[in-house]
Amino acid sequence: MSVRQHDFLRRMPEASYDLRNPRSLWQIIHVDPLLLLALLLLTAYGMLVLFSASDSNVYMVKRQAIFFLLAYSAMFAIAQVRLSILSRWAIVLYLGGVALLVYVLLFGVGAKGAQRWVSLGGFRFQPSEILKLAMPITIAAYLSSKSLPPRLKHIFFALVLVVVPCVLIIKQPDLGTSLMVATSGLMVLFFSGLRWRYIGSAFAVIGLSLWPMWQFVLHDYQKQRVLTLFNPEADKLGAGWNIIQSKTAIGSGGFYGKGWLSGTQSHLDFLPERHTDFIIAVLAEEFGFMGVLLLMVLYLLIVARGLVIALNAQDCFSRLLAASITLTFFVYVFVNIGMVSGLLPVVGVPLPLVSLGGTSLVTLMLGFGILMAVSTEQRRVTV
Amino acid sequence: MAELEPFKDHHREVRIFGYRVVVAVVLVIGLLSLLMARFYNLQLVHHEDYVTESDNNRILVQTVPPKRGLIYDRQGVLLADNRPSYTLTIIPERVVDLDVTIESLRTLLSISDRDISDFHKFVKGNRRPYQPVPLRYRLNEAEIARIAVNEYRLQGVEVEAQLVRYYPKGELFAHAIGYVGKINDRERKNFDEDEELRYKSFYTIGKVGVEKFYEKTLFGNIGFQHVEINARMRVLRVLEREDPKPGKNLQLYLDSRLQKAAFEAMAGRRGAIVALDIKTGGVLAMLSAPSYDANLFVTGISYKNYQALTNNYDLPLFDRVLQGQYPPASTVKPMLGLGGLEHKVVSPRHTIFDPGYYKLENDNRLYRDWKRGGHGIVNLHKAIVQSSDTFFYDMAFRMGIDRIHTFGSQFGFGQLTGIDVPSERAGLWPSREWKRKKRRLPWFPGDSLNVGIGQGDALATPLQMAVMVATIANRGKRFKPHLVKKMGDEAMMPVVSHQVEANEQNWAYIFNAMKDVMHAPNGTARRIGRESSYQMAGKTGTAQVVGIKQNERYDSEALAERQRDHALFVGFAPFDDPQIAIAVLVENGEGGSSTAAPVAKQLFDKYLLEMVPEDRAKTAISATVGYQPPVGPPYQGVN
Repeated sequence: MSVRQHDFLRRMPEASYDLRNPRSLWQIIHVDPLLLLALLLLTAYGMLVLFSASDSNVYMVKRQAIFFLLAYSAMFAIAQVRLSILSRWAIVLYLGGVALLVYVLLFGVGAKGAQRWVSLGGFRFQPSEILKLAMPITIAAYLSSKSLPPRLKHIFFALVLVVVPCVLIIKQPDLGTSLMVATSGLMVLFFSGLRWRYIGSAFAVIGLSLWPMWQFVLHDYQKQRVLTLFNPEADKLGAGWNIIQSKTAIGSGGFYGKGWLSGTQSHLDFLPERHTDFIIAVLAEEFGFMGVLLLMVLYLLIVARGLVIALNAQDCFSRLLAASITLTFFVYVFVNIGMVSGLLPVVGVPLPLVSLGGTSLVTLMLGFGILMAVSTEQRRVTV
Repeated sequence: MAELEPFKDHHREVRIFGYRVVVAVVLVIGLLSLLMARFYNLQLVHHEDYVTESDNNRILVQTVPPKRGLIYDRQGVLLADNRPSYTLTIIPERVVDLDVTIESLRTLLSISDRDISDFHKFVKGNRRPYQPVPLRYRLNEAEIARIAVNEYRLQGVEVEAQLVRYYPKGELFAHAIGYVGKINDRERKNFDEDEELRYKSFYTIGKVGVEKFYEKTLFGNIGFQHVEINARMRVLRVLEREDPKPGKNLQLYLDSRLQKAAFEAMAGRRGAIVALDIKTGGVLAMLSAPSYDANLFVTGISYKNYQALTNNYDLPLFDRVLQGQYPPASTVKPMLGLGGLEHKVVSPRHTIFDPGYYKLENDNRLYRDWKRGGHGIVNLHKAIVQSSDTFFYDMAFRMGIDRIHTFGSQFGFGQLTGIDVPSERAGLWPSREWKRKKRRLPWFPGDSLNVGIGQGDALATPLQMAVMVATIANRGKRFKPHLVKKMGDEAMMPVVSHQVEANEQNWAYIFNAMKDVMHAPNGTARRIGRESSYQMAGKTGTAQVVGIKQNERYDSEALAERQRDHALFVGFAPFDDPQIAIAVLVENGEGGSSTAAPVAKQLFDKYLLEMVPEDRAKTAISATVGYQPPVGPPYQGVN
């Protein structure tokens, strides 16, 4: 009985009339011009920094450019897919991703003591990347089919959907990715109108479980990272090295920076991981406070555009999905910059669209493709 | 029955979503502001600090060590050299597993546990990443070759060359020249600012002897260079450079030929020899025996070797010349005799009867002469030639401690000689005041008697004895003894510390007495004077090591070797034109005339019969072409 009623509701258009607006070219090719512009600016800026961070390694920059081409193509491609299709296939994507995570734990390829990679016909990728998208889509699809704000049992079921893959990713072990995947799912819950008292009690539970987490769950190297955050000087040449050197790079950049290709911290190899996770330190050293400000403005533009798209979304599913993707993107930015500047412990999170890296870039741009799809959905006039 | 799903309320959902977006926007702006505040703090507020830190990272101020000055003997023979030494170092950052690497190095060359513990201490200490850490010093050629062959599997292992002190003469000059050694923690702590800078990246410092006394001169001035480095300590370019100034070379009065003769004359016995150039106070030979190889200390002495040296009952590390304090015994008699003449306590004609002992009035104690039965009727001349104790007991009693003290002090007793080698000791030349202060006792007449024969509380270093006899030979002109003749190109001027004023007749009297010690048929050292081709002057001495009780006779057989008397001799030669003064001490050598005097004779011969003619010939040949060196000994005795 309730099931049928539910089906009926889902099929019913949200608006009474479906008066089609005259469609613009952007809408026909499913591209949001403002978002695209911001992304292109950021990409260009990022390539500039990467060129310097790689010690003018043209090969490396070219490879990254190819990844960008691939990623932009993927973005345009997914933008053409209708959101209802995405919502319908979400659960398949999700289950497939979880299956691959299990597979990776059993037969995965290791790198740096972690099993994260799966090899499919000569192509290596991390199944956790699938979950980065499958997670928000699935939770959004699930919750948007319920009446909102979500009720306790739906919340519970959504949490189960979040927790299962996250536990699998932690097992790899990859705490950073796991937290980001969880964030993308929890963001949907937040935007669906999860009651403040639930949010409050969740934080309370987290606060209380900090100590047992520290004692029983975290690996030694993870604890070390947290301790290092508070006192990097304790092990200057070991655990503290990265953070001391990145702070030195940032601080010595000053207001205007040392100039492009002239950062001593980066070019004399003091800065570790400088084309991947710590790339913002290179930017801050060479372009100074001004350069950081410009980067922040670009990120803010993207986040703002994403939220506007979410506000204008046509239905509940697109709305939740768009908002979650946007905010998750922001969390990436915050966690990475916070970590490099010594506000947060070191977790392996790249700086979106700037750090070197292929797969994560494609995943990221797929997310923006979804945003573009939401933004160019057929407008329906609500009476 | 399943609970009824409530209908979706779209307007409410949109409204709630709107609120949530507002919350999200606030959150985003808040967090971005937090980040910007952080960057503001790092890049603007603390900018200067981080610039400093960044420069500290990339700019390394390297000290460029100056070349240490060399030390030569009088003839230009090299006594202290700098030689390349090879050190095995490891850059821990380039090594995957330190323990494995060290283990595999141990299969190639010997590395002690102490080397390894020192290495780990260094690794844990305050150092820059990629700074090489020394593991073993003084690699030999074979070891270097073995490392070179295995280089491919020894990543992060390097062999560094640096200049290290080397003493070609080994143990010959160990006490006089001393050695450089690793700077220890205590020395580091006591450095002043200047020294701290100088030795910041320097491992060795002069520890004893000339090496210590002239440390600053020998060291020179350190140079600096500012280099830009990367995080792996690779030097990319030199930004600025200030060249080091090498240390000055030193030329000493010491003569390795004479020193070698001294070493050989000691023939493994314990003791000390000092030979002074009478005209300048320059030290021609200075030997404390047994000695040790100074090279052992240069790159850090091994525990085993150090234990062997410190546990040696013969105390090879102890510098007997400067720090050994012995009763000067009868060697003081000529000097005191001169004092007696000057103060008119005795006259050349004054005689006493020596029954073999001396007795003070109202005192039952017998002050014995070394000769049972005594010397009969004795005047000052005979008392010096035959070393009559009884005569000097009597003279000292009448002269009194105050005059003895003042007169003896003029010859340097009881004071530092001021030689240019650190840690000499002052000996003891007793006085009324000293006894009151140190012993809290008044002076007894008996004390004067003991001082009168150089026993009792009187103590002197072999160097002080040499200075005393050189002063007599010089007719009262006392030079400060010194080792360094030339510092770089600058000649060191002799320094007169005191002039003893005495009547010429009295000098002549004492000289003759000292000559007769060597050459008269009843002189104590007649045996060595008999066959001499030149004339000498001298005085033997025999210093008691243990006190002899009143009713005992000294019986050397019964005493353990270590408790036998010390043999002493002081003298100068040639008699009519004194050039060289010598003091010899042979520990537990028993008789000054039988043991110490022959040693001195060997040195006199070496110097006067071999070295002086050789040197003359050399300078003469270089000056006049075709000049024939004089044939035969130049100093013919006047009988």
